[in-house]
Amino acid sequence: MTAELTCREAIAQAIADELASDPDVILFGEDVGAAGGVFKSTVGLFERFGPERVRDTPISEQAIVGTAIGAAMMGLRPIAEIMFADFAGVCFDQLANQLAKYRYLTGGQACLPVTVRMANGAGAGFGAQHSQATENWFLNVPGLKIAVPGTVEDCYGLLRAAVRDDNPVLVFEHKNLLGLKGTVKKGPYRLGEASVVRPGNDVTVVATQQMRHCALEAADLLAGDGIEIEVIDPRTLVPFDDERVAESLAKTARLLVVQEGPPCGGWGASLIARMTSNHFQCFDVAPRLLASAETPVPFAARLEEAWMPGCADVVNAARELVAS
Amino acid sequence: MRAGVRERHRRWDGGKETLMNRTSSENSVARPADSAADRQLPPDWHQLLRSMLCIRYFEDQVKALFGSGLVRGSTHLCQGQEAVAVGVCSLLTPGDAMTCSYRGHGAVLAAGAAMDACFGEILGREGGLCKGKSGSMHLADFDKGIIGSNAIVGAQLPISLGAGLAAQYRKTGKVSVAFTGDGSTNIGAFHETMNLAAVWRLPVVVVVENNHYGEYSPLAATTSVTRLCGRATAYGMPGLLVDGNDLLAVREVAEDAISRARAGQGPTLIEADTYRHEGHSRSDPAKYRPAGELELWLARDPIPRFEEVVLAARAATRADLASLRDGTKADVEEALERAKTWPEPPANRLYEDVYR
Repeated sequence: MTAELTCREAIAQAIADELASDPDVILFGEDVGAAGGVFKSTVGLFERFGPERVRDTPISEQAIVGTAIGAAMMGLRPIAEIMFADFAGVCFDQLANQLAKYRYLTGGQACLPVTVRMANGAGAGFGAQHSQATENWFLNVPGLKIAVPGTVEDCYGLLRAAVRDDNPVLVFEHKNLLGLKGTVKKGPYRLGEASVVRPGNDVTVVATQQMRHCALEAADLLAGDGIEIEVIDPRTLVPFDDERVAESLAKTARLLVVQEGPPCGGWGASLIARMTSNHFQCFDVAPRLLASAETPVPFAARLEEAWMPGCADVVNAARELVAS
Repeated sequence: MRAGVRERHRRWDGGKETLMNRTSSENSVARPADSAADRQLPPDWHQLLRSMLCIRYFEDQVKALFGSGLVRGSTHLCQGQEAVAVGVCSLLTPGDAMTCSYRGHGAVLAAGAAMDACFGEILGREGGLCKGKSGSMHLADFDKGIIGSNAIVGAQLPISLGAGLAAQYRKTGKVSVAFTGDGSTNIGAFHETMNLAAVWRLPVVVVVENNHYGEYSPLAATTSVTRLCGRATAYGMPGLLVDGNDLLAVREVAEDAISRARAGQGPTLIEADTYRHEGHSRSDPAKYRPAGELELWLARDPIPRFEEVVLAARAATRADLASLRDGTKADVEEALERAKTWPEPPANRLYEDVYR
């Protein structure tokens, strides 16, 4: 498995490998079949696995998620796609009230191996209703696992882990990373393990998806100043690998969290709250959350760029943390 | 469809029906009932009658429990609608799936859940159907194919599609039945469900229990076309109208729909015309009902109506039926007393069953 793939190819490969290895796995969503997905992340699956296992649905997100729930409870392992992550808003009941709670509400009778894939995030000029990073909407809903892959390897591995997990997993695939190239690795594939993307002793920088790549770019620049940041990609937000962050913090004593999306009520704020509550003695300076502006995602390129945390913002924040 | 069924329900054919936009009181005289003597009594009549009685007495007890403050939250009772639940659920076999609304105690009991476990859940006891985690509005018993009543209006409908899809995909000949209220026909999930069920020809039967009120509002005040089975036309599936207070009529219609589903002929919408004797929920005395409406429906109570059929067939005497009532009532009371002795779940169960 050493050939280079794009993220979208890795996603299609992961689904194909799960479909091939388990007859209970089925895929459905809007245009995932004959059209190969609006993001071309399911190309070739319909031809290979046929219309029984790769199904095009109407534009009916409630029906898509509900169908996944019912099918899972009867023993299948459905992969449902709801296209743009913003559309989670039109089936929020099925995601937050049904999928997340069904196991609890049935006293553990329901087993819900449901994977819901969504295309996430800003940076491609889709405007405010097609650009949100919506993973934070679900942090307050116990019962869901949340995966936020930022590399080819993780797009493949986390998706396979999600399909094999007996719990509902929301997988956010970042639109701006779909063309990114890389290789995939052989398993095992696990949810809940952060990855130290770049080691460093001066500042712990936690970032996902686009922001992870932004942090890596900043790391190169900062290294020129003699500042070594440690970049950690949590890869899943639920469960969250606090331990890996705490280990790093014990070394750096400085924490910077970079989050695509507004600061309030997000995983970044929650992580900082947990770290300060549980590891207060580790901090030399107050932690920083670098997040998007508290506005809808704007359309014009210059505005959208201003909305999103960028490389220069990470560099500045890291310098300030080191200087204080 | 078998001969004879057509007389007792109507297949909606897209316009020949002339029953649209009637008020609920007009609906109450919808169809002349067949005379009890004409009816063929099924061999399992005893079980059917007992099942309806269980639901009636169960709900009476739940009402009393809530009234006396022994139970928390709210509840939604279904006295008067027993024939719909029993008629349909009596046709389900192992492997079939059933979902229903929060007015679902009846369907859950009719599908075979144990009475004491249902009481236990409503009382929030550890021995309840869902270990005390869910309460009155979320009852589930997966071993019996009861994959959940639902507290969100219409939310069980998309979920029922999935059970239908699993049956279709595995070619099991199983069926997914979803009970839902008239009020739910105006929520988006209903539309999405009907269309997807039809376009994928899923083995799904949607049973609309038309009790004429969506919460506190009469159907006609919120719904432009009140003959709900007519919605089926828009989705290209059969829509069947049935007197929901006539157990045998419900069963015949359901048999038709379920057979079609099992045979791979796709979904059916059934509208069962019925009435809830109680208000919407615990806090609703139903003062919005026109004078005399309840009395009209009490005169069409599905339980005495079925008892008349039993008597006409000479399958039992009035004394036999009285004894069945007394025995069933005693069984319900006994189940409740048993559930009352069960402990509440200990606090450390809080974190169980969030994830597997």
